Amino acid sequence: MHRIIFKESLAPGVTRYRVRAPDVARRRKPGQFVLLRLREEGERFPLTIVDSDSEEGSITLIVQEVGVSSALMARLNPGDAILDLLGPLGRPTEIRRHGDCVCVGGGIGVAPLYPIAAALTAAGNRVTGILGAREQRLLILEEEMRRVCADLHIATDDGSSGTRGLVSDLLRDRLRQDDRYAFAAVIGPVPMMKAVCAVTKEAGIPTIVSLNPIMVDGTGMCGGCRVSVGGETRFACVDGPEFDGHRVDFDRLALRLKGYHHLRECALQALGPREAKAPQ
Amino acid sequence: MSGAPLTVRRPRPPRQPMPHQAAAARVTNFCEVALGLTPELAQAEAERCLLCRKPLCVEGCPVGIDIPGFIARMVKGDFEGAARTLREATDLPAVCGRVCPQETQCEKVCVVGRKGEPVAIGRLERFVGDWARTESSAPPPSLPMTRPERVAIVGSGPAGIAAAGELLRRGYRVTIFEALHEPGGVLMYGIPEFRLPKEIVRYEIQQLRRLGAEIRTNALVGQTVTVEELLGEGFGAVFLGTGAGLPILLGVPGEHLNGVYSANEFLIRINLMKAHDFPRHHTPVFVGRRVVVVGGGNTAMDAARVARRLGPEKVCVVYRRSRAEMPARAEEIAHGLEEGIEFFLLTAPVKLLDRGDGWVRGMECVRMELGEPDASGRRRPHPIAGSHFVLDAETVIVALGNNPNRIVPETTAGLDVTPRGTIEVDVDGATTKLGVFAGGDNVTGGATVILAMGAGKRAAAAMDEYLRGQRDGRAVAKATRVGIEEN
Ligand SMILES: Cc1cc2nc3c(=O)[nH]c(=O)nc-3n(C[C@H](O)[C@H](O)[C@H](O)COP(=O)(O)OP(=O)(O)OC[C@H]3O[C@@H](n4cnc5c(N)ncnc54)[C@H](O)[C@@H]3O)c2cc1C
Ligand SMILES: Cc1cc2nc3c(=O)[nH]c(=O)nc-3n(C[C@H](O)[C@H](O)[C@H](O)COP(=O)(O)OP(=O)(O)OC[C@H]3O[C@@H](n4cnc5c(N)ncnc54)[C@H](O)[C@@H]3O)c2cc1C
Ligand code: SF4
Ligand code: SF4
Ligand code: FES
Repeated sequence: MHRIIFKESLAPGVTRYRVRAPDVARRRKPGQFVLLRLREEGERFPLTIVDSDSEEGSITLIVQEVGVSSALMARLNPGDAILDLLGPLGRPTEIRRHGDCVCVGGGIGVAPLYPIAAALTAAGNRVTGILGAREQRLLILEEEMRRVCADLHIATDDGSSGTRGLVSDLLRDRLRQDDRYAFAAVIGPVPMMKAVCAVTKEAGIPTIVSLNPIMVDGTGMCGGCRVSVGGETRFACVDGPEFDGHRVDFDRLALRLKGYHHLRECALQALGPREAKAPQ
Repeated sequence: MSGAPLTVRRPRPPRQPMPHQAAAARVTNFCEVALGLTPELAQAEAERCLLCRKPLCVEGCPVGIDIPGFIARMVKGDFEGAARTLREATDLPAVCGRVCPQETQCEKVCVVGRKGEPVAIGRLERFVGDWARTESSAPPPSLPMTRPERVAIVGSGPAGIAAAGELLRRGYRVTIFEALHEPGGVLMYGIPEFRLPKEIVRYEIQQLRRLGAEIRTNALVGQTVTVEELLGEGFGAVFLGTGAGLPILLGVPGEHLNGVYSANEFLIRINLMKAHDFPRHHTPVFVGRRVVVVGGGNTAMDAARVARRLGPEKVCVVYRRSRAEMPARAEEIAHGLEEGIEFFLLTAPVKLLDRGDGWVRGMECVRMELGEPDASGRRRPHPIAGSHFVLDAETVIVALGNNPNRIVPETTAGLDVTPRGTIEVDVDGATTKLGVFAGGDNVTGGATVILAMGAGKRAAAAMDEYLRGQRDGRAVAKATRVGIEEN
């Protein structure tokens, strides 16, 4: 049983948790994730391990409400337990000394990006952070990122924080101002990763992305998480979730992610109004 | 002729019929298709056995069950005794009685089968297994932990279950590590409810727990703990029963499309996650009007028959060889036909067609003809030029078999694997790594429940010898057997 020991709202629809999972806390490395199942009828769904505290024996998870599983997660409170928790899964980020690095995050993607930025800095890199969100109140982990980055830049669609526009444009500007990066980590919505990877490719910056395809088992058994990288089929749960951003077929990923969208409303409605909406 | 009795000459009565759910009814539910024998039918069927003194059937059984022994007790109405006899050789009689390919094993060589139908050994075994579960009042044996060592079993499929049972009987403290949230391996997530009710698997797992096994679910060895760490944390030996769970994909254009599943994914969604009960259960599955399943093994038949039960207009199976080469059990193919599944034999997929929005709309196929025998001894299929055609499909399920998962070998130094990824072992199941043994589908590639159980049991015996200092803890000479291919 994995008890929730802390809960906090980070932005509308985005919640941070600390969950007791001492074994996971001890082992986990940046880039890895856990698979959860919240109740008997529940799905298995993945969340990145954002942070861990081996003394408390806890891991930090950040979840954005999108459909039935994340809605149920958002309903959980300190004291509640998570039925099943499997992890750490996936290959850890390869953390090396590159020199100047840039970490670009969009939306909920800042959650998986944060542990990577922290590890890059800890390994002696100089990390520039670039964060994006639709608007200021949807921006998450700004303070945490500021702490682990040498400098931090923000872009919002409406200009309510930082510059107005997209992170890909912000990155392009920085590159024009003669910023040099030996390495980039980019995590966010698929169109954002695609756009940013186009920029880093042009600039010749080796880039990793973390992909979030639909998963079932998370152990390499179903192939549901397959992605196309450099023309080859790879399973994100065991071969990833990080891949060379210049070789990922983002269009395919975007289409596969839509696979069950038509069922989302139906699933939420079946939960009933009380369960579907988390008390805020 | 050694097994043939010399005296009995009276004609044998025909095989007792097994009650089945009618095809029209069963395609609307997930309840068991074959309903099992009544005690009267079972006893009558048992009486058909000649109780041979040199029974050939036993040689046909990979775990050497004392078949005339248990049948003789059934004839006397001593079902309790029959159950005890079965338990000496198998931990899962109710499972094997249902899913063993009896027709190519014990029943194939039964002497009664020389004229007419063989004794229905599998059905009798199933009857006794079910009886022991539901009627028996015998308490489970209490097994004293006589050995100081702890042993770890990785994977809770038939191989792991058999190894655990055997090691418990030999007095060891056993901990089973299972990656999924529910133990049982393919018995739980692969073979559908209508062939093997999950209640039976859960009962057998519960028995293991009662015998003292500790089962840790949500434990993916190699990721959440390594084999090396298990050995260092006080486990004297480790058995790897990790199965062959890595799906082989089609490798044709369009396999990324939505609506295209590996059979594993499709079956896991339904058997393990209960997606057919969406939205009450939260895991979704998509089955369109037309379903095409690619492959000719048990997995393909299971996927097709599961799909049938989700209400599409049409379910087709596409297989590149002919019916004779299909590895699926004859009974399962017959059941599929009864349920209205169409077969496109000597047909191979060429590519999957996009509806234009990332969803599959059909499969381009080519007709095949059989040429010279290949390495597997079966005639190799060749495409016939100009014979391409399109099968409409909103759902495509790929059942071309599985390779072993690489997680354990990749994280265990010194554990040798073949180029295919199967684990190298000697005849007793010892691997190239000290103290580590293996058996089941991870050694043979996709095979059968009973072979996996046999391998688990053999390896358990070798582990016992090793822990007693009576044998080497490493493979002496490599011996890797080849499994049954699905394609
Ligand atoms: C490696 C990895 C790390 C992730 N980390 C985070 C994180 O830290 N924070 C966060 O908020 N989100 C994260 N995600 C995404 C998160 O798992 C999905 O948002 C979530 O599963 C959606 O489920 P749902 O039922 O709430 O929503 P819906 O999108 O409504 O689900 C609809 C259907 O789509 C399926 N689905 C959609 N996306 C996924 C998915 N990725 N995995 C499984 N099923 C899916 C489900 O089957 C579901 O039935 C991560 C995904 C991956 C693969
Ligand atoms: C759909 C289908 C239908 C079949 N039908 C039949 C049939 O009718 N008759 C028959 O005889 N055979 C049948 N088979 C074959 C049979 O099921 C297998 O041969 C048998 O289950 C193999 O047993 P196993 O114990 O080696 O592996 P599995 O049953 O595959 O069990 C392996 C277990 O190990 C777990 N695991 C894997 N890696 C790890 C790890 N690193 N850490 C922890 N746990 C791990 C897996 O989650 C799984 O639970 C069928 C197979 C399939 C897929
Ligand atoms: S275990 Fe299988 S092969 Fe052996 S007797 Fe039973 S049905 Fe026959
Ligand atoms: S099952 Fe067949 S072969 Fe076996 S003992 Fe009975 S009659 Fe003989
Ligand atoms: S989630 Fe099933 S193979 Fe990756």
